[in-house]
Amino acid sequence: MTMYDVIIIGAGVAGSSSARELSRYQVRACVLEKDEDVCCGTSKANSAIVHAGYDADEGSLMAKLNVQGNQMMEELSKELDFPFKRCGSLVVCLSQEDLPGLQALHDRGVKNGVKDLQIILDKEKIHQLEPNLTDEVAGALYAPTAGIVCPFNMNIAMAENACTNGVEFRFNTEVQKIQKIAGGWQLTTSTGTYEARCVVNAAGVYADRFHNMVSDKKIHITPRRGDYCLLDKSAGRHVEHTIFALPNKYGKGVLVTPTVHGNLLVGPTAIDIEDKESTATTREGLDELISKAGMNVKNLPMRQVITSFAGLRAHEDGHEFIIGEVEGAEGFIDCAGIESPGLTSAPAIGKMVAEILREKLDLQPDPDFQGTRKGILNPATLTMEERNALIREKPAYGNIICRCEMVTEGEILDAIHRPLGARSLDGVKRRTRAGMGRCQAGFCSPRTMEILARELGMSMFDITKSGGASRLVVGTNKDQI
Amino acid sequence: MEKRELICIGCPMGCPLTVELEGGEVISVTGHTCKRGDVYARKEVTNPTRIVTSTVKVLEGKADMVSVKTREDIPKGKIFDCVRALKDVTVKAPVHIGDVIVPDIAGTGVDMVATKQVL
Amino acid sequence: MKSYDIVIIGGGPAGLAAAVSARKEGIESILILERDKELGGILNQCIHNGFGLHTFKEELTGPEYAGRFIDQVLELGIEYKLHTMVMDIQADKVVTAMNREEGMFQIQAGAVILAMGCRERSRGALNIPGYRPAGIYSAGTAQRLVNMEGFMPGREVVILGSGDIGLIMARRMTLEGARVKVVAELMPYSGGLKRNIVQCLDDYGIPLKLSHTVVEVKGKERLEGITLAQVDEKNRPIPGTEEEYSCDTLLLSVGLIPENELSGGMGVDMNPVTSGPRVNERMETSIEGVFACGNVLHVHDLVDFVSEEAAAAGRNAARYIRNGKAESKGHVVTLNPVQGVRYTVPCTIDPEKMDDTQIVRFRVGNVYKKCTIGVYFDEELIISRKRPVVAPGEMEEIKLEKAKLLQYPDLKTITIKIEEA
Repeated sequence: MTMYDVIIIGAGVAGSSSARELSRYQVRACVLEKDEDVCCGTSKANSAIVHAGYDADEGSLMAKLNVQGNQMMEELSKELDFPFKRCGSLVVCLSQEDLPGLQALHDRGVKNGVKDLQIILDKEKIHQLEPNLTDEVAGALYAPTAGIVCPFNMNIAMAENACTNGVEFRFNTEVQKIQKIAGGWQLTTSTGTYEARCVVNAAGVYADRFHNMVSDKKIHITPRRGDYCLLDKSAGRHVEHTIFALPNKYGKGVLVTPTVHGNLLVGPTAIDIEDKESTATTREGLDELISKAGMNVKNLPMRQVITSFAGLRAHEDGHEFIIGEVEGAEGFIDCAGIESPGLTSAPAIGKMVAEILREKLDLQPDPDFQGTRKGILNPATLTMEERNALIREKPAYGNIICRCEMVTEGEILDAIHRPLGARSLDGVKRRTRAGMGRCQAGFCSPRTMEILARELGMSMFDITKSGGASRLVVGTNKDQI
Repeated sequence: MEKRELICIGCPMGCPLTVELEGGEVISVTGHTCKRGDVYARKEVTNPTRIVTSTVKVLEGKADMVSVKTREDIPKGKIFDCVRALKDVTVKAPVHIGDVIVPDIAGTGVDMVATKQVL
Repeated sequence: MKSYDIVIIGGGPAGLAAAVSARKEGIESILILERDKELGGILNQCIHNGFGLHTFKEELTGPEYAGRFIDQVLELGIEYKLHTMVMDIQADKVVTAMNREEGMFQIQAGAVILAMGCRERSRGALNIPGYRPAGIYSAGTAQRLVNMEGFMPGREVVILGSGDIGLIMARRMTLEGARVKVVAELMPYSGGLKRNIVQCLDDYGIPLKLSHTVVEVKGKERLEGITLAQVDEKNRPIPGTEEEYSCDTLLLSVGLIPENELSGGMGVDMNPVTSGPRVNERMETSIEGVFACGNVLHVHDLVDFVSEEAAAAGRNAARYIRNGKAESKGHVVTLNPVQGVRYTVPCTIDPEKMDDTQIVRFRVGNVYKKCTIGVYFDEELIISRKRPVVAPGEMEEIKLEKAKLLQYPDLKTITIKIEEA
């Protein structure tokens, strides 16, 4: 049995970022992911915000990694070719009494190292920045360094780059048991046993389960559900910045934000639940987020909702990132409690985890490390001449499959055949946006299913929405008659 | 005397019809706005019939399925026999509108014909 | 850049009828652009019968009806491209399209006929809470899978929405071996044709629950069940009326939306009630020489009316090419839908430019029994038509005579309303 240097549990942003940073070194590493693809947990269902960094407690690891991640994001987005836009954010304050709270956020931000924060009290100036803010606004904290990102592309890009640089990935592999063995750890999984000198526990809402297998000092992760509504691109410019409410003890509150693809996102709620698998939205949750969002932004065009979804934050009792070697469990590195600002911090988290491992295992740099990754080519970014040259060479780029987002067959083929390629409808969706538009895959899904079956040599009956039991078609006409 | 209320399906107007029956025989039909309604009402209460439409697998064609229908209506009670009889039927391309796919389907005396061209 | 007198966007029933009509009106240079692999549009997957009673005095299936028009297009030698997606149309009528063989190309059109049809509303647009498992399909997508590709989306089916597509699919799924447990409808009346209630539900003992909706979706990976609840007069679920149904498939037939991305992109004036372009008596939009017909203009129930409407659009596009912009005194009469009438097509009529007979199509917003359709020229009652019932699911029409309108040179408004009998 191969003894890996490092096994990373979880291919979300934290695990994938760690894998990518680790792949700078000569190392035998493997990522074990229980779902069928990367980015299947919290990483695919969040606000997609790159936070400025004034929320986290001063001196906390969250604050430090938030600000670092924010600073790293621009360059990383160019290196790994994922969409990122520094659109700025406004925390909105609705009454004079709450202004001290706004000031406190500002001051904390400054102490955390956030640049260019300003408090704006001039109502007119606030409305010039954001005409659709409520008329009740008393003041706003403006953070120009905040931004929006595509969480799927970021996660996928990090994982792909790690894979290209030699990190192995195993999907549909659920870790069930972790035991100390000589020289490292043994992981029993649903697809077999693995051994590694070091383990990185980046298992999201399940990170407490694995930590508690190796340590008596227990941690406790509560899945904190966030429901969201996504609005059509025609509503995408209702606000230009990310609009936050003043935070409360449950978190940053409901926000309204443009997405990096031009939609409008409203949410999340913050509802503590028990079931770590329960990503179902509820009527109460959706109603709550709609009414709360409406307090800060007026005339929200809720008739333009095209879909709603929910994600689970991995909220640890201490409300702080837990990143480091677990006491008494040598070689077991926690990367747990990665709730907001987890997405923002991911680049910095990866670096921190990689550094811990580098030191621990005395890893040497890999001279062949390729830090640049080219994403899936979007032909809409080409001129007509360039586009036609591409179509002459690869006619699949002349065949539009997803009408709402104008995604071509060429892009879908790329998504399937690149490293860690898509194997399901959602895998294609997250990589290409096919199925994310206003008809929500009504038009393109039969076509995408055909392409997946053809390219992967799979039967149509085995094509799934998102792996596992999510089969799309169950039989042929009259087969039960 | 029995009174039955039905909706005429002869055309999309869907006139509400009332049929009076005595001992299984139609005494009167009211509510129709054309002759078809009268004909339909009488038929529907004594010997209801339907056109059945379905699909059949195509081999070696530009499409995987071809749509088919009973050339005329068949007894309503035979709908499932008709569908069952189509279960493993396949047809080789080319298929033209009107081609007989299964003659005398389920012993109704009515042919099952193609309603689409598949080359 | 190639140019054509008339470019038609969409080769479904509207596009086909418009093309044939324009050719018969004498225009040679016509091009149909169709994104699918064949002409016929949505009719190709509508394998049930009921089409053509008005047009051909026969009851045809969808593909047969399409076939009649495709035959005419072929006989008349009208040009068309398949697998071709129109990506953009500019106000100056430059059409940008793309296919595998030719790549991305542009065509200068003399006139454009918008015939793109419509798409279905999705679950997301309804904001139904719960999981997002596989097994939830819009009825039309399921129809495509079953009728064109021969795949069953599931075995135990619940259908939300009693519009025609939902009703038709209740029968289709049953006849292909699935079990359809219930059809739920939000409104207190069905949205589909009465004949479909009989032939698709009653015939198979499938219950129809009016004033009900889906309030929860269960099953994380594949659908396992749904919860239905009754709704009140404001369409809000009534607590305590929840009923669970186990199923692996939920088909949604919850509304059709005209596919007007291209129209909006051109800057055509839209009617928010129909979500389609506003048109005048010649089916012309607010952009001169751009016409619209079929489901992209307003969602139809009967394809026969689509063909009629499209023929008018084709005729008028042809005349526009021949005669240029029609001159007139600029006297435009506004159509005013009120009191139960939701919208009219057209929105305006110029009596000088209309045909001898103008068909005005409209829909009502509710079910009205024993009522009268009242048509007023300004304040004067002109037409009074008694109807035993009118319903939102069945498009209505009235005919206006040019000779009559010309008798009212100062006419400003034609009001159409529903009144008591």
